Amino acid sequence: MSLSLLTPEFIVERNDERCIRCQVCVRQCANLVHTHDQEEDRIVADDSKCVNCHRCVVLCPTRALTIRRNPLEFKENALWTASAIREIYKQAETGGILLTGMGNDRPYPVYWDRMLLNASQVTNPSIDPLREPMELKTMLGRKPEVLRVEDGKIKEKLPPQINLEIPVMFSAMSFGSISFNACQALAMAASEVGIMYNTGEGGLHKDLRKYGKNTIVQVASGRFGVDVDYLQAGAAIEIKIGQGAKPGIGGHLPGEKVMAEISQTRMIPIGSDAISPAPHHDIYSIEDLRQLIYSLKEATDYQKPVSVKIAAVHNVAAICSGIARAGADIIAIDGFRGGTGAAPLRIRDNVGIPIEFALAAVDTRLREEGIRNQVSLVCAGGIRNSADVIKAIALGADAVYIGQAALIAIGCHMCQKCYTGKCNWGIATQDPNLVKRLNPEVAARRLINLLHAWAHEMKEMLGGMGINAIESLKGNRLMLRGIGLTSRELDILGIKAAGE
Amino acid sequence: MLLYEGDIRIPSGCAISGIINRKGLLFSGDDIVKSIALMHDRSNGLGGGFAAYGIYPEYKDLYAIHMFYNHEGAKDDVELFLNQHFKIKLSERIPTRKVPSINDPPIIWRYFASPREDKLTEAGLDESEFMVRCVMRINSDFEGAFVVSSGKNMGAFKAVGYPEDVGDFYMLDTYRAYIWMAHGRFPTNTPGWWGGAHPFTLLDWSVVHNGEISSYDANRRWIEMFGYKCTLQTDTEVITYMFDLLIRRHKLPLEVALTAMAAPLWDEIERMEPDQQELMMSIRAVYSSALINGPFSIILGCKNGIIALNDRIKLRPLTAATKGDFVFIASEESAIRTVCPTPDEVWTPMGGEPVIALLEGVENI
Repeated sequence: MSLSLLTPEFIVERNDERCIRCQVCVRQCANLVHTHDQEEDRIVADDSKCVNCHRCVVLCPTRALTIRRNPLEFKENALWTASAIREIYKQAETGGILLTGMGNDRPYPVYWDRMLLNASQVTNPSIDPLREPMELKTMLGRKPEVLRVEDGKIKEKLPPQINLEIPVMFSAMSFGSISFNACQALAMAASEVGIMYNTGEGGLHKDLRKYGKNTIVQVASGRFGVDVDYLQAGAAIEIKIGQGAKPGIGGHLPGEKVMAEISQTRMIPIGSDAISPAPHHDIYSIEDLRQLIYSLKEATDYQKPVSVKIAAVHNVAAICSGIARAGADIIAIDGFRGGTGAAPLRIRDNVGIPIEFALAAVDTRLREEGIRNQVSLVCAGGIRNSADVIKAIALGADAVYIGQAALIAIGCHMCQKCYTGKCNWGIATQDPNLVKRLNPEVAARRLINLLHAWAHEMKEMLGGMGINAIESLKGNRLMLRGIGLTSRELDILGIKAAGE
Repeated sequence: MLLYEGDIRIPSGCAISGIINRKGLLFSGDDIVKSIALMHDRSNGLGGGFAAYGIYPEYKDLYAIHMFYNHEGAKDDVELFLNQHFKIKLSERIPTRKVPSINDPPIIWRYFASPREDKLTEAGLDESEFMVRCVMRINSDFEGAFVVSSGKNMGAFKAVGYPEDVGDFYMLDTYRAYIWMAHGRFPTNTPGWWGGAHPFTLLDWSVVHNGEISSYDANRRWIEMFGYKCTLQTDTEVITYMFDLLIRRHKLPLEVALTAMAAPLWDEIERMEPDQQELMMSIRAVYSSALINGPFSIILGCKNGIIALNDRIKLRPLTAATKGDFVFIASEESAIRTVCPTPDEVWTPMGGEPVIALLEGVENI
């Protein structure tokens, strides 16, 4: 093997006066950055292995550590940036596809930050959520166009719905892509708060079946862990067609991660690669999707809403119209900033469209066709905070999925190395020594705190707008104004410019 | 350039008042004018209007189409359209009286008409749906023309001005009705357009409204899925269309429609009996976009009676009273007592609790 041309991305700085040689950093780093030189009683760091996950920094009892970006510069070049050059070095050395984790980090515009919310002044009162009721409860599922009522009773029962106390759910994250402890934390938090978490394509671990009321079970192209008990175990079923981080791409859980528990949960042999094909091989068109939707409904006696999750791609509005007509009760759209445990870098950074546009286009299209009531819309892919949630709902979403935000809440530092399986925070790993670093109860508490905090903030924003029930915000685009957007972008988002 | 309703959304505050004789006895417009005049300071001279039911007994089976035209050309175009779609029994200028404070009136016209049988058959629609589509068509496609009202044996009279002057202008003292409704408007930035005044009407629905609803765009984008066109961008317009959809087209019982618009809170629903709970949950699920949010008090009128409704946390005033066969509803109690000093009963309805005053012997709206 020839000399690697790659220089370290980060530099580990240790304040030697503070360092007490406790070796916490040595023990904590799964990437083996730190080593203890016994002879000199010194701790040295191999910068080239550092992924900047902050595990050592946070755990260092004397705050002796800092990680910096390596100040080493290439000759300035607007085209050949450091990352462009480094990526070529990597591929020239390995001959492989570049892999990455989490969502698209390129400096594309974040449209959430180009939309501003309204508030009441004089002509109508703002509502104080500390004094007045403020409702966030949301029901997802197909709604009939008309309710038939006779003698004070409904003539036809509603199709099955899922109830959310807050219009936020945890995105699909499989047991395999994340650890059992992380799955358990999500399940516990969802159950405590009254929302849903999603199994992803990882099957449902037997110990998590008790959280079924707050579980969306996913059926993806690999069908891992799917049997009738699985379908019946959750509150809803989601067919995963695509994922925002890697539209058009399947998944691959390497065999070395498929240990006993994952093997059992995914129903595959220990050590075998779990490969999810890019398409579902029984869905080559919309009519095939309809068959799968109805197969799942038949299998569960029409008791569970069926969701279809797709990545936001160019023709998303027409696709969603087809999905609604194919019988889906919920459509989840995952934007190009959606997270992942592993994706080819080029796909993640170049395929798909922003969720803000996708959501607006889909909501508009479904309304133009008069079928918006037939489905609930869930949007995902880079929702960072409660204001993003509020803006998404004003654009037309019923609820949102959060994945990356949830993982950050339980310790993720966005180092984007999920695919290595060496997550020092015990999240994206199956290494038992790393997994046990994540205490499910503590992690669940952090998630619950996050959701409660967002709920409070959402209530404040709603109250400011003079709204006391979240449904009155849904698709209420007059509550949004664009800033720094072209008139074409404003048209697609269906909003006015600030000042209009 | 100042934009008119339809080009821009204009918030406004208001006064509302309504009087019904539940036996259907006709009485003149004097009382309603007096009642709304008392609340003079709740409007700012940029809009006032009235709706009256029972005023055209001699043409009670015909649609009374009240029109505003900005110019003769619009009138010619619409009349061509009307002649194609309706048999017109009478076409006349609506009589008005010169009032110093009411200026620049449009051409104010009315027609008594019935849909042409062949057009109905061709369209495959019932009479009211046919009428609704014609109204939508005129309002959206005919520049300079606006349908003020389109019901049977009823009419709306509105203008830019204080409501008491508007009443005088239209000579409401000469009309006799069993329901009178009135509106005084306090728009915030409108140059004042006659069509933008209230009440807003469709078929024999009419709505007067006080408030600025914060759910407007959610309501509008939902109702437009059903073929309605919100050309005025006013709350009253969207509320009227929602009543039309829920009651006429979806055939919901009145109380269900009212529940959809001012729904009980989820924690109230949780305390209900199972049957009731399921009904309420279903209403909130299916008609979530019909929930009217933010401050409002409205009076809905139709041939069978009037209904008043407040937002569910009572952000706008609304008082009701009865005296014999009369029911009074107004923004302020004083506006009732000025025409009925000693009511039998006066009360302030709770938020979301409707006041339903139907004609005797009538079961539903």
